[in-house]
Amino acid sequence: MKIMVAVKQVPERDAQIVVRADGRWIDESDLSYIVNEPDAYALEEALQLKEALHQAGHAGIEVIAVCAGPERAASTLRDALAKGADRAIHIRADDLAERDTLALAGLLADAVRAESPDLILTGLQSDDLGMGQTGVVLAELLQIPHATLVLRVRVLHDEANPAVLPKRIEVKRELEDGWFQQIEMPLPALLTIQSGGNKLRYATLMGIKKAKSKETRIIAAAAAIVPTTIAPERVYLPEKQKHTEMLKGTAAEIAAQIVDKLKFEVRVL
Amino acid sequence: MSGVLVVVEQRDGAVTRLSLEALAAGQRLAKLLGIDCSAVALGEGIAPVVLGELSGNHLAKVLAVEHPLLRQYTADGLVHALEQVVKHAAPAYVVFPHSYQVRDFAPALATRFGQVLIPDVIAILEGPGGPIFVRQLFQGKLNADYRKTGDGPCFVSVQAGSFRMEALEAGTAPVEAVAIELTPEQIRTTPSAPFRETAQTVDLTSSPVIVSVGRGIREQENIPLVQELADALGAELAASRPICDAGWLPMERQVGSSGETVSPKLYLAVGISGAIQHLVGMRGSKTVIAINKDENAPIFEVADYGVAGDLFEIVPALTKAILAAKG
Repeated sequence: MKIMVAVKQVPERDAQIVVRADGRWIDESDLSYIVNEPDAYALEEALQLKEALHQAGHAGIEVIAVCAGPERAASTLRDALAKGADRAIHIRADDLAERDTLALAGLLADAVRAESPDLILTGLQSDDLGMGQTGVVLAELLQIPHATLVLRVRVLHDEANPAVLPKRIEVKRELEDGWFQQIEMPLPALLTIQSGGNKLRYATLMGIKKAKSKETRIIAAAAAIVPTTIAPERVYLPEKQKHTEMLKGTAAEIAAQIVDKLKFEVRVL
Repeated sequence: MSGVLVVVEQRDGAVTRLSLEALAAGQRLAKLLGIDCSAVALGEGIAPVVLGELSGNHLAKVLAVEHPLLRQYTADGLVHALEQVVKHAAPAYVVFPHSYQVRDFAPALATRFGQVLIPDVIAILEGPGGPIFVRQLFQGKLNADYRKTGDGPCFVSVQAGSFRMEALEAGTAPVEAVAIELTPEQIRTTPSAPFRETAQTVDLTSSPVIVSVGRGIREQENIPLVQELADALGAELAASRPICDAGWLPMERQVGSSGETVSPKLYLAVGISGAIQHLVGMRGSKTVIAINKDENAPIFEVADYGVAGDLFEIVPALTKAILAAKG
């Protein structure tokens, strides 16, 4: 059984984002990059599934991490290998900002088809673009069923024949306002994972050491399709919707000002 | 191709608020372009109330799509159904509410037309070569103007609270039934009925004062710092999603699109940067005070009073000052 996890590399959360001089994208030169957090949860879910299947007596479960991006994306794949992925695929593309979701999902679809996995997991959205649709588009391109906002994945064993690898899964997905739902579907399938369904592991020293001997295959991305269907024309700092009064001074001075507001304006004291 | 088609959702026999906001966005877009706006509702046995609610608006048509296989939501069911509806109505723009359900199927629908959904739109502006759709990037740190560049219908979903349902223009629209074909084999997933996990032990929505904590608190060991502030204020303690994901506070204390929507008298945000998913859950608050180390954090976009500083210095000082003020 093969489980593929599509991960993305994004600027770290506290990064100071600066708009590029032409105003069409950000200046990427001084940024540090990390794995997109929802994708880290997707990898964790894949590793836990593998461990559960191993415990149930199934051997040969393989977790493959795949990432499209420039050279720097290799570090995110190395982290995935150190955490326990068995091998990695790096789709080398230096022009991700020029590709729309459909084009990017197309690159992933090509890599996935070559592996024919049973299950594909990815995060529900990225912390940079936040389009929240790469997974669903990928499922549509592969013509397999999908579920989004998944918190937990359970494989459904054939009761009469538990030694056979499962062909169906049941997932718990999050709905709005504190509601949940179970969905059953056949494999192969694609799931987008919501954060918080599992607890992220850290790479161990042993894992980091082992990662060095694991395979990362580099494949060149096909040329970008021009024009794209949608494109960000201009990126810019948002204008303030509200006039914010910034309070300044020492901690004690600021506290005194807030208490004043709470007493006389908000009237909660 | 012409016109704007708004896909509306229903819950408990009524059109959802978010769908009415999407309808307002659709009317605005249609006006900008000088074209018609229509709405479509899908389901089995769509309540007359829903159709009545829709046809009372300034719309060219209200399309009603009924099929037994649309009784319960499945992505496959809606993609197949809407693919036929979009081919039939041939709109230039398809507008959705940005709900969890839409996030689940609309990207696949757009893919069938060789398009990419422009999700989470917060404003629609008039541009020189056609409408501009504004959405946020980098968790609200930046805005981006998107424009449709290819041929074919353009799919757009609008963020909660970005368009006012009060702006809906009234009118009378005819209801037209649209027949679609759908077979059980086309639906590959089997959904269960929705359920709730456990009985709620806290009701954030009824609390007049909320102290809310985010990633800036850094470690679980630091949570008591904000708990003491909440206690001093007689407030409920809430959190942004990452805090609940980490298990530092229970999920039921989460404010945002995947948690509670609150509108207290005072919302005191501590170490919360203010991603859109959080803001939609709290921007109805009467007064917002935010403490965050990054002066460019989007939470300051919606705050009345802001403190750009170290919460580990300010919060204890504030707790002390509040206790002193209360005597």
